[in-house]
Amino acid sequence: MEKSKSTRYIRYIITLIVLIILFALLILLNIKLGSVDVSVKDIINILFHGSGNETDYNIIWKVRLPRMMASIILGGALALSGFLLQTFFNNPIAGPYVLGISSGSKMMVAMAMIMILSRYHSVNSAVLIIAAFAGAMLSMGFVLIISRRVKSVSMLIVCGVMIGYICSAVTDMMITFADDANIVNLHNWSLGSFSGTTWRDVGIMVSVVLPTSLIVFLMSKPIGAYQLGESYAKNMGVNIKLFRIMLVLLSSFLCACVTAFAGPISFVGIAVPHLVKSFLKTSKPLIVTPMCFLGGSVFCLGCDLIARTLFAPVELSVSTVSSIFGVPIVIYIMLKKRVH
Amino acid sequence: MEYFFYTKKLTVGYNGKPLIKDIEINLKKGKILTLIGPNGSGKSTILKSITKHLKSICGTIYIDNKSIETMSNKDISHKLAVVLTDKLKTELMTCKDVVSTGRYPYTGMLGILSEDDNLQVKNAMELVNAWDLREKDFTEISDGQRQRILLARAICQEPEIIVLDEPTSFLDIHYELELLNILRTLAEKRGITVIMSLHELDMAQKVSDLVMCVKGEYITHLGTPKEIFQKDLISELYDLSNGSYNPMFGSFEMERTKGDPKVFVIAGGGTGIAEYRTLQKKRIPFITGILHENDIDYQLAKDLSSEVFSEKSFEPISEPIFQSALKRMQSCDIVINCLKSYGEINRKNKALYETALFQGKKIIENADEL
Repeated sequence: MEKSKSTRYIRYIITLIVLIILFALLILLNIKLGSVDVSVKDIINILFHGSGNETDYNIIWKVRLPRMMASIILGGALALSGFLLQTFFNNPIAGPYVLGISSGSKMMVAMAMIMILSRYHSVNSAVLIIAAFAGAMLSMGFVLIISRRVKSVSMLIVCGVMIGYICSAVTDMMITFADDANIVNLHNWSLGSFSGTTWRDVGIMVSVVLPTSLIVFLMSKPIGAYQLGESYAKNMGVNIKLFRIMLVLLSSFLCACVTAFAGPISFVGIAVPHLVKSFLKTSKPLIVTPMCFLGGSVFCLGCDLIARTLFAPVELSVSTVSSIFGVPIVIYIMLKKRVH
Repeated sequence: MEYFFYTKKLTVGYNGKPLIKDIEINLKKGKILTLIGPNGSGKSTILKSITKHLKSICGTIYIDNKSIETMSNKDISHKLAVVLTDKLKTELMTCKDVVSTGRYPYTGMLGILSEDDNLQVKNAMELVNAWDLREKDFTEISDGQRQRILLARAICQEPEIIVLDEPTSFLDIHYELELLNILRTLAEKRGITVIMSLHELDMAQKVSDLVMCVKGEYITHLGTPKEIFQKDLISELYDLSNGSYNPMFGSFEMERTKGDPKVFVIAGGGTGIAEYRTLQKKRIPFITGILHENDIDYQLAKDLSSEVFSEKSFEPISEPIFQSALKRMQSCDIVINCLKSYGEINRKNKALYETALFQGKKIIENADEL
């Protein structure tokens, strides 16, 4: 084997190991840290023997673990969604948040929640996902119409941000006028938060996000071809129309799932794929997609940990933390690539 | 031998509006067809229709006796590869990664390269002398290198036809020659059919088996380089009212200087070319002679001088021609003599020079002195 080839593989493996170590470490910290202090010995007992005092048991099993699972699954989904959008627009700063897709989902979910909660006690997750998907497609539709008219990449992003603002404004309006006890919840959710996740939610997330992510992974080959541009991809035998539709649907769907459960979470979709690609020094989708998912999980685990513990017992929204880490990366990319 | 690539009544254009109608191309396997014509004439439109990037308006394109309408993208990818003009925006892709994408039609579901695929990539890169670039980032190489990498990508797609849109646009002459050499090799050794558009007419003349002139609503000229590269045909194709085309040199000359000539150039055997060009640049009209019709000076003199005195090839200069040249020279004030020695058949040029000397005309050896 050539030397350069093996150094490449070593790089991939090192990146993977680093991500796994971070992943494991963050999982442990997420279980251990929180507003209530539970000793390591108690945690082990609760996790492996099912014993321990009931409050601690509930905190670990009913609060921290499902919330952690949500960060893992939804974080991965967001990063993948971002990666797909970057491929689609051939633009490193495209992402579900900056293009207004998250906000579109948020608006529709808020609308669905308010309408349903005024009549019933609870909302079915499936309904929320469908509403979120409809919202995502709505925003995506606008973005696509705009992208046909403006050729400039930065203009597209500006338009996306504007769409996001409109959707947020409509959401705020609805929240303001919704006379319901759930307003507080709704408000928290609309800022982006993993709190309040139940095992039932986790089950739905797993069954929706994982198969979708698998499809994305299986599309690695056409994604790789598409990275050379539409014309070349077509000449290689890619069914461009179908492929573009798939990219739009998959990225919107992944983003919609996240928004339905955790609200809009900013900049994960841009920051994570960029970091992962620069560590791997490749953009080969076959390697980048799984790493992106793992990277997104790690990023969100970290952000959620900080959001929960930094000013405990006061909780920050995940979006606040992810923005603080994500925005500098976005600015860095813009300066480095001089996106016009 | 039957045609490998042919079109029947092909009409191409954008948005249902026909641009060029009834195109009939017949191309044998392993031949190179070049499209020439002014900018915006529709060369790219034709190429895009051939590669199925653009839906043709009517008519049919056949590859290997199959209409491309009936072929799927995948079928076409096995037959035809492209090198496009669009600037590629890749991210973190090495040159080898870019070339490897050519193996797309042959790899499995996840696109993992087999040993054989890797070998094909290597062979293609070696063929275009780009194997050394394999680990370089695609965005960090020169235009010439990039074009070679894209050609390697097309080659390792193992196509039977390669379509190239202006492949030499950004290349300096070194890479241009190299690229065209590679295409010739591909055509001869591997039987790959090449269809491309070129701006450089001299190159088109040298590399093509067949040339198509694209201008106007219909294709008026399609033929061998010998048939196409004619003075009138090319001058008309490019509307050359401000210059002329010389099929011998395959090159263009600027417009001849108008006015009453006061300079006579005695030349022959290639000695006049530099002086003619200098005079042309200084916008000084001139007369030249006495040249044989097979003389290289004669070719250029025809395009640049106001008047040429010439004799048939291989014949000694005849007295009547000498006399008329002598008479014309008398109206000139300056004589440039480029000749250092005289041979059997152009001895009369010496007489011309000596007469000028005798008449006291200003005699110089170099047009720069003017």
